[in-house]
Amino acid sequence: MTTVLNVEAVNRTFGERQVLKDVSFTVDSGRLTGFVGANGAGKTTTMRIILGVLAADSGQVTWHGRPVTREDRQKFGYMPEERGLYPKMTVVEQVVYLGRLHGLSAADAKRRTTALLERLELSERGGDPVEKLSLGNQQRAQIAAALVHDPELLVLDEPFSGLDPIAVETVLAVLRERARSGAAVLFSSHQLELVERLCDDLAIIADGTIRAAGSRTWLREQYTLPRYSVEVESDAGWLRDEPGVTLLELDGRRAVFDLDPGTDDQAVLRSALARGPVRAFAPVRPSLAEIFREVIQ
Amino acid sequence: MTTFEAAKLVAGREIRVKLRDKAFLFGTVLLLFFTALGVFLPMLLDGGPDKVAVVGATHVAALEQAGLDVQVVADRAAAEQLVRDEEVSAAVVDGPVVLALEDAPQDVVSALSVEPPVEFLDPDALNEAARFLVPFVLSFLFFLTTLTFGVQIAQSVTEEKQTRIVEILVSSVPVRALLIGKVAAMTLLAFGQLALLVTFGVIGMRVADVGGPLIDALIPTIGWFLPFFVIGFLMLATLWAAVGALAARLEDVNATSAPLQFMVMIPFFLVLSLQENPFAMTVLSYVPFSAPIAMPARVFSGEAAAWEPYLALVILLATTALTLLAGARIYQGSLLRTNGRTSFATAWRNPTPVG
Repeated sequence: MTTVLNVEAVNRTFGERQVLKDVSFTVDSGRLTGFVGANGAGKTTTMRIILGVLAADSGQVTWHGRPVTREDRQKFGYMPEERGLYPKMTVVEQVVYLGRLHGLSAADAKRRTTALLERLELSERGGDPVEKLSLGNQQRAQIAAALVHDPELLVLDEPFSGLDPIAVETVLAVLRERARSGAAVLFSSHQLELVERLCDDLAIIADGTIRAAGSRTWLREQYTLPRYSVEVESDAGWLRDEPGVTLLELDGRRAVFDLDPGTDDQAVLRSALARGPVRAFAPVRPSLAEIFREVIQ
Repeated sequence: MTTFEAAKLVAGREIRVKLRDKAFLFGTVLLLFFTALGVFLPMLLDGGPDKVAVVGATHVAALEQAGLDVQVVADRAAAEQLVRDEEVSAAVVDGPVVLALEDAPQDVVSALSVEPPVEFLDPDALNEAARFLVPFVLSFLFFLTTLTFGVQIAQSVTEEKQTRIVEILVSSVPVRALLIGKVAAMTLLAFGQLALLVTFGVIGMRVADVGGPLIDALIPTIGWFLPFFVIGFLMLATLWAAVGALAARLEDVNATSAPLQFMVMIPFFLVLSLQENPFAMTVLSYVPFSAPIAMPARVFSGEAAAWEPYLALVILLATTALTLLAGARIYQGSLLRTNGRTSFATAWRNPTPVG
């Protein structure tokens, strides 16, 4: 679990528009890193720069501490946002072809393609041209194309868009397997619940700048407000008059409140206990969606 | 992986795809069919020797010697009947008198008469039809191949761009490997198709025993046509790939490739219409875009001095080197610009979008 990919102060403009401003974050091996941002925030541009499809105006991307070379990129797997495979070529043929372009021997490419299609439940469609597949299956083929050479770094642009829930689970499981076997996985998504469930690390981008980056747990601690939820036996309305407490929600016996700086949460707990049994008393951890809303403001 | 290895993989895919492309296979079969038609049709139309009816045995030997199918009949009435029934094309009766329905049968008449001997002062000179036909066929082959293969090169580049697979390709192999592989594959296929047609045609002419001295004049012409064809094709192929990369969608290809289509068509029509003008042909045989068709034509007609094709080939090679560089630059500068059509100037100014 070491940092393998380092995006360092990358800038990029298209014409007059600066789409990336000093973008920096890291991707660790063995972990899933979620790359989150609204449409047009700069996710795809960043990914294209990592893959060498686009050049940075300044800044650099390093792999194991050195600027990324063509040889390094042979070990990267990429799934672009706008999906594309040869429409008239069969699934097996193109996955094998892309495997070979990434340096696999013909035999290895064939063997891994077979295994991967099996794993992605796409074997039956292996002999069909891509244009004949359903959108969900095209997506699976695309993922197979990105994974065939067992990449050390996987860069997936919106890998879950267009997938049905079953396919999402399959792809999710495959990505986890890859991370467990040591690959670094960077994927972008706007499905925040999915990212929350899946990723170990996060980078949040808005208007071309990284607003927050780090491990999911760290970020949640970082953005945890002094907010608590409490459940007692009788009406919790008394909290309104408690010093240092701002009541946010009151629903009979349940309440959510913020504490003013310097107020002791244990004092509030004691005064609750003094009024009767307390069923629950806990800090409220923000969801990723909440953190996201906060950092992009 | 080296650029060469990558280019080989790319070329391999292009060739596999093409060899399974029904339109390509059908087109090749169609061209072979027309070649066969051209070679064997005169023989088929000929319909074998003419039949002739003869009364008495006097002229039988002379007629048979002229290659006619002789049928001996009893009398004039029987002979006349056969002619009227069109069982035979003519009849020879006592006199000798030749009976025919309306046209005088030249072969029968000359078999029975004594012709003065003719001495040929220039026995190798080719007839008028061949003088026009051979350059036309070769020009047409070059025109057809560069245009159809060219459009296909452009389309296959645009397809990769439009489907975005180019992003995956470029992230794993150098852009020039893609270009080299594609151009090499198409050149190989175009040359293969042409070689197949030419071999088929020449062997067919030998088998059908048509052409005679024509074949001997054809061999050096074709010998020159092949290198001119390959280099001329290569010169255009990179440019086709470049105009394909300028387009963002297949619908754009026609517009981005229009200048190139003219560069293929104009030399073809110029060579055809100026064939009788030695000065114009000399100029055209050195201009790189028309040299692949004009120089072999001049070799065929015997107008070109021995050193001339070499010089034209050197000029063509030099131009090809330039178009390869220019084509590669435009290709690299436009391949990853997926937002609409790329202008020539933008592509030229930004030859390396890849970091």
